[in-house]
Amino acid sequence: MSSMTLSRAINSGLRRALEDDPKVLLMGEDIGTLGGVFRVTDGLQKDFGAHRVMDTPLAEAGIIGTAVGLAYRGYRPVCEIQFDGFIYPGFDQIITQVAKLHYRTGGAVKMPLTIRVPFGGGIGAVEHHSESPEAYFAHTAGLRVVSCSNPQDAHTMIRQAVACDDPVMFFEPKRRYWTKGEVDEEITGQTPSIDSAAIVAAGDDVTLVTYGPLVATARDAAIAASDEGVSVEVIDLRSLSPIDFATVEASVRKTGRLVVTHEASQFGGIGAEIAASITRRCFYYLEAAPERVTGFDVPYPAAELEDHHLPDLDRMLDAVDRVMDRHNSLSGREG
Amino acid sequence: MSTHDSSSADDGGLVQLLLPDGERIADAGYDKWVADVDDDQLKSLYEDMVVVRRIDTEATALQRQGELGLWPPLIGQEAAQIGSGRTLRQDDFVFASYRENGVAYCRGVEYTDLLRVWRGHTHSGWNPYDINMAPSQVIIGSQTLHATGYALGCQQDGVDTVAISYFGDGATSQGDPNEAMVFAASFQAPVIFFCQNNQWAISEPVGLQARAPIASRAPGFGIPSMRVDGNDVLAVMAATRIALDRARSGNGPTYIEAVTYRMGPHTTSDDPSRYVDVLEREGWQAKDPISRLEAYLQSRGLLTDEFTGRVNATADDVAAKVREGCLGLEPPEPLSVFDHVYSEPTSWLERQKDEYVQYLQTFEGGQ
Repeated sequence: MSSMTLSRAINSGLRRALEDDPKVLLMGEDIGTLGGVFRVTDGLQKDFGAHRVMDTPLAEAGIIGTAVGLAYRGYRPVCEIQFDGFIYPGFDQIITQVAKLHYRTGGAVKMPLTIRVPFGGGIGAVEHHSESPEAYFAHTAGLRVVSCSNPQDAHTMIRQAVACDDPVMFFEPKRRYWTKGEVDEEITGQTPSIDSAAIVAAGDDVTLVTYGPLVATARDAAIAASDEGVSVEVIDLRSLSPIDFATVEASVRKTGRLVVTHEASQFGGIGAEIAASITRRCFYYLEAAPERVTGFDVPYPAAELEDHHLPDLDRMLDAVDRVMDRHNSLSGREG
Repeated sequence: MSTHDSSSADDGGLVQLLLPDGERIADAGYDKWVADVDDDQLKSLYEDMVVVRRIDTEATALQRQGELGLWPPLIGQEAAQIGSGRTLRQDDFVFASYRENGVAYCRGVEYTDLLRVWRGHTHSGWNPYDINMAPSQVIIGSQTLHATGYALGCQQDGVDTVAISYFGDGATSQGDPNEAMVFAASFQAPVIFFCQNNQWAISEPVGLQARAPIASRAPGFGIPSMRVDGNDVLAVMAATRIALDRARSGNGPTYIEAVTYRMGPHTTSDDPSRYVDVLEREGWQAKDPISRLEAYLQSRGLLTDEFTGRVNATADDVAAKVREGCLGLEPPEPLSVFDHVYSEPTSWLERQKDEYVQYLQTFEGGQ
């Protein structure tokens, strides 16, 4: 075990992946000499060479599309998209090729790409640097979509993603890159699988489901709620496609109340899918309608407005109060 | 290397070894690349072109008879596809669009595998690794990047295998082929960009995509290019060999513009009478790739009745196999809709499948 930041934990995971399999390649903009704008690939080009840690031209479709060709040839490319909002030029290749080639070819062609995306807000950035586009990818069959929330998961999940024969969209909570934690760099039979959710705080009254950057906020909210006598169970989804519904269902059958929170906008999002699926499968266990605490359905706002947009501890608690039928911001309003 | 190699586009010149009337003309730069093509090989190229045109005719008929949902005819482009396809090694890898049935034929595809996609049974007619050719690409130009990436892999592996990407004049307007050229040039990838300029992207004439010869773009990316008569099987063969040799010897990518003509519709759903000028089409008819080689064979005394009779019999035999194979294709099992989305089924998809199985069981004779 050693203490390291989330960013460093991904770095060490990528290092292990490069050591373990000569077919693993890293590709992206500024990932070589510079070590990435967030330094996630710091030192890797120096140690593994420019042929395995490749600085690419500035073209996201080019990065993803050439990675597809490399995968055809048996490689396991790990692509870095510099910021969430820059992924769209590569969107076509991800949706029309990466996601579908295994299906298209009846399983003959594997697409073991890992596409790393620093995502989410809270760093006071300019436009296109704070987005949460994960729902677009979770909506697309053929892709796995995951997000880590802590250094340990960051390390093990990036290694699992690289080793996975399916394409994995790997969303990294950029405002938590500098969070420190203990990391065990051994993967054993006890290591949770990449598509399992984790209960990160146990509770009996409300199930609070989240992932990525908001896991820390949700844990703080659970502590604050307990001060008021409300017991909140926090689930870190870790995988957004597929979702570990068994874990969420078991929790909701116990608590009878569900709140989902994410930075991404609400409409058609991950929260909607969870609310619909859980309502169907746990209808007779529910004490209240599921609540969502999300970014508003607006383009990501300017830095000075982002604290209004991003779900925070108080907005989560307000939703907890709603499902608990306690006094809340909407008390007295219908619907 | 020929002086035409990267400058032909600039002067608008077209590499030609066989004139439309079948006359063989000398070209100091290109002749040596087809110097080994003897009489038997010429006859073999002729047979290939006749057979793929016959497959094309049969498939079009099958579509008209309701046996195929769609078919993208290659008629007119036989020389471009056979001339290039026959120069490739088996270990080279092809990333084509959806019209390269002639190239697939050269790769040794099973006839029925050519039809599965168009009968609606699958998205890929063959296992790409069986013939080293990716499935038909429908997203225009997307495959140029895949070829470039594959070529990077060959480079990393230290082998002299080459990736070749086929695309049309319409694709040159897309971003992917342009990004592919950037990547290929930067990394000196062993890849060939083979553009079949067939003059039409459905109803849009090439002038809408390009105001200058398409081949003239590549040098701006640092990629040498050639502009060849795409209806001249020998010129296409020579150009492709030049490109293959460059790639195999570690000297990077090449761009070939094969100037040809789509004599048929874009697909069987298209109606070119709405946009193609009859005189234009007649002009290209006079440059037909098969009749051109036929005239050349005639001039060399190779076009005997025995030979043409044998070729036509082969073509008829292949057509019969195409038809028989098409009609014999088994439709996919309903539940296979859930197969191969992921390398292992996910819990989510398993649940969806289970529910659908139960639903089907509510019908008489259900699964």
